[in-house]
Amino acid sequence: MTGAAVVVEGLRVGLAGSPLAIVEEIDFEIAASEVLGLVGESGSGKTTVGLALLGHCRRGAEITAGRIMIGDIEILRADPAALRAARGRIVAYVPQDPGTALNPALRVGEQLEEMLAAHLPEMNAAARRTRLLEMLEEVRLPATAALLRRFAHQFSGGQQQRLALAMAFACRPRLIVLDEPTTGLDVSTQAHVLRTVRELCRAHGVAALYVSHDLAVVAELAHRVVVMYAGRIVEQGAGRDVFTAARHPYTERLLRAIPDPARRRSVVGIPGHAPSVARRPSGCAFAPRCDRATELCRQTFPPVTTLPNGQRLRCWHAGDGAAHGLSEKGEEATLEVGPALLSMRGLDASYGDFTVLQAVELEVRTGECLALVGESGSGKTTLARCIAGLHHHYTQPVVFRGRPLGRAVGERDQDARRRIQYVFQNPYASLNPRRTVGEAIARPLRLFFDLGRGSLARRVAGALEKVSLPAALAGRYPDQLSGGERQRVAIARALAAEPDLLVCDEITSALDVSVQAAIMELLAGLRGSTGLSLLFVTHNLALIRTIADRVAVMSAGRIVEIGATEAIFGTPQADYTRELLTNTPGLPTAA
Amino acid sequence: MTAIAPAAAGSGAEQGGSSGLFRRAFSFTRTRVGLAIVALIAAIALFGPFFAPHPPTAFVAPPYAGPSSVAIFGADNLGRDVLTRFLCGGRSVLALSLASTVLGLAGGILVGLVAAYARGWLDELLMRAMDVLLAFPQIVFVLLLVSSLGPQLWLIVLTVAASHAPRVARVTRGTAQEVIERDFVLSAKAIGEPSWRILGLEVLPNLSSPLLVEFGLRLTYSIGLIAAVSFMGFGLQPPAADWGLMINENRIGIAIQPWPVLLPVAAIGLLTVGMNLITDGIARAAIGIGRSAP
Repeated sequence: MTGAAVVVEGLRVGLAGSPLAIVEEIDFEIAASEVLGLVGESGSGKTTVGLALLGHCRRGAEITAGRIMIGDIEILRADPAALRAARGRIVAYVPQDPGTALNPALRVGEQLEEMLAAHLPEMNAAARRTRLLEMLEEVRLPATAALLRRFAHQFSGGQQQRLALAMAFACRPRLIVLDEPTTGLDVSTQAHVLRTVRELCRAHGVAALYVSHDLAVVAELAHRVVVMYAGRIVEQGAGRDVFTAARHPYTERLLRAIPDPARRRSVVGIPGHAPSVARRPSGCAFAPRCDRATELCRQTFPPVTTLPNGQRLRCWHAGDGAAHGLSEKGEEATLEVGPALLSMRGLDASYGDFTVLQAVELEVRTGECLALVGESGSGKTTLARCIAGLHHHYTQPVVFRGRPLGRAVGERDQDARRRIQYVFQNPYASLNPRRTVGEAIARPLRLFFDLGRGSLARRVAGALEKVSLPAALAGRYPDQLSGGERQRVAIARALAAEPDLLVCDEITSALDVSVQAAIMELLAGLRGSTGLSLLFVTHNLALIRTIADRVAVMSAGRIVEIGATEAIFGTPQADYTRELLTNTPGLPTAA
Repeated sequence: MTAIAPAAAGSGAEQGGSSGLFRRAFSFTRTRVGLAIVALIAAIALFGPFFAPHPPTAFVAPPYAGPSSVAIFGADNLGRDVLTRFLCGGRSVLALSLASTVLGLAGGILVGLVAAYARGWLDELLMRAMDVLLAFPQIVFVLLLVSSLGPQLWLIVLTVAASHAPRVARVTRGTAQEVIERDFVLSAKAIGEPSWRILGLEVLPNLSSPLLVEFGLRLTYSIGLIAAVSFMGFGLQPPAADWGLMINENRIGIAIQPWPVLLPVAAIGLLTVGMNLITDGIARAAIGIGRSAP
């Protein structure tokens, strides 16, 4: 490719003092104004590559080989002074969490101006001032002097990310590296930020590397896509080609794992998990999880195959068969829905004087999966916690199986506590690090059932089996498990109580997409086999489509719309729902 | 949100219990040196009496006699063998410090945990009461009670423990508040676990690292306090052999016969330094220094 603004060749970042590579054989180019999406799951090395473009690596790692050209500067050969000058001026970085990137003790004006003063010393104070206001306008923040006098904490997450963007674009760099800049943001804020990135890159001819685990976001934004797995690039090509005709089995499986807001289809997880740096196999790293793997795959890492359309991939089966697009699977809910299991009318909830929920009216029927969707701060978690009795400042009792429930957990009887189980968002926080998996699952069993030692062990093993985990895991501690395994344990602990209703609070938001898909498969299976009712709380609209029978949309503490899943997605009634749907990124449809 | 994931993405090396903490702490040179010192002094205190050349109250030489073949380190103010007195005088210091530290820690943990869990008025009441105790400097508090109620050993242990408790309670409450906010505690509440089980089985094990550090630190202070109390004459009474008492009895003759002061001072000093090194090692291990890269 000619006229590439950024060229990366044979980049290798290794663990310092060890022959192990974190990433290796990284080759790609980015043209001016182009957005390159770098996607991969956690541990794939995508952030390492992003940081290497700034000539930086985390402690314990070192760049051992390769060439990185940004314009006419060779980043890896530059001396420290030149590198310092290049950072910010030639290549800028936008981190994942703007809250930690902005100095809380400085006014934002001072921080933005610092950037200009450091890199463009020829500018005088007046010119810098004008430029500052210009920058604010570019990222669509009100361009006023008052805003520049504020501190970072006085801005919302989305606004902070815009400030970080303004800072990155301040000196008109050649390249800007964005590391998951929208991960913590709501969909509508995310949509705004993404639009800003795209416009700024086009307007100023800036090349962008967009590092993300979210394929849907990358599909919306990026012109070309690089897919990484276990430290290597497995596939790269034009965005449309990769998303509609993925050739590498990993990309293909990844796409099948992603829920799509535009279609109802079940997601399919990828069994197993990505190997850690020290345990990468000698052949193709994906071979142990690949259903097309042969002996050749396991022994030798495949070379790059370039297809006529410029798509490049590393797979021994590159020539096999046709491209695998996404097939639509019309899978309609067939479950019998019974009478109301749980209901509430005119429920208000508050934290102190602050009202979080207003006049909430909701019903969960026996055997159904009701999704509760809303952006952060909409009150969905509070509602879930009211139901579980973990938040008790609310009016109007929740009615469960025809009887009003006590407000707090302590006011409910043992039976009610058993029948409603709660699964928390973050499996890294919801399991006690000092107790084994077996002990964690045994607690509800001991509490709710009168069991002997032998039958207790059997029930623990049975609970693990229900969530597709080996019984041998019972002796392990949570930090010896992967994120997906931990969430399975948390689900097993909830199921051990044999509940009627499982309240799932954002249970997949801390997990990788392939793991998320596996958890969703698990939940769908459990519903089928046990007739469990689910209250599925999430901010991810696409995910709802894979599991929910009905959807309740929440905004600012109220339920704005409630109805059958297909109706909500097909003919949304509330403006808020429509807005959410428009802002949710989706994958391009196969032609 | 996904940023939390990589940390555990398959590194199975870290142990869940505190054995990993000890192993990491032991990998520091400082911890090993500290352990060696403490082991040496503890061995002297425990087994010293068996190797004493004379009975501890026997007069073997003239007062303040210098080192000789009869008494290697000379004699003290009454002409008793310094080495014998030194070998026999450690047990009381060590036993009293350990007892008061364990008691103080237990009391402090109980108060801190209950305060952190209960919140509201009980928290206020307990912690303000602790604040009142904190207002007294430790040594003044101990001397006040011991001097007015008489030099009883149990009283020394109790007062030293009571002077530790508010400090331990502060640390416990602070760290426990953070643990109590975590989801696994909420999850235990959600299934209706009794509060004492939540505190004992879910919260307390997660405080083990800071509390171990606290134990080491408080033990160091106890040794100093107990020795000081003995020095001032409120601890063991003559003619018993005791390091603190030894220093006091012999300080007048320090110019002509330094050994009876020097030996116990060195032992107490080394013991505190050694305990501090161990504590420091555990503290470093607890915050993650020395943890192997994933």
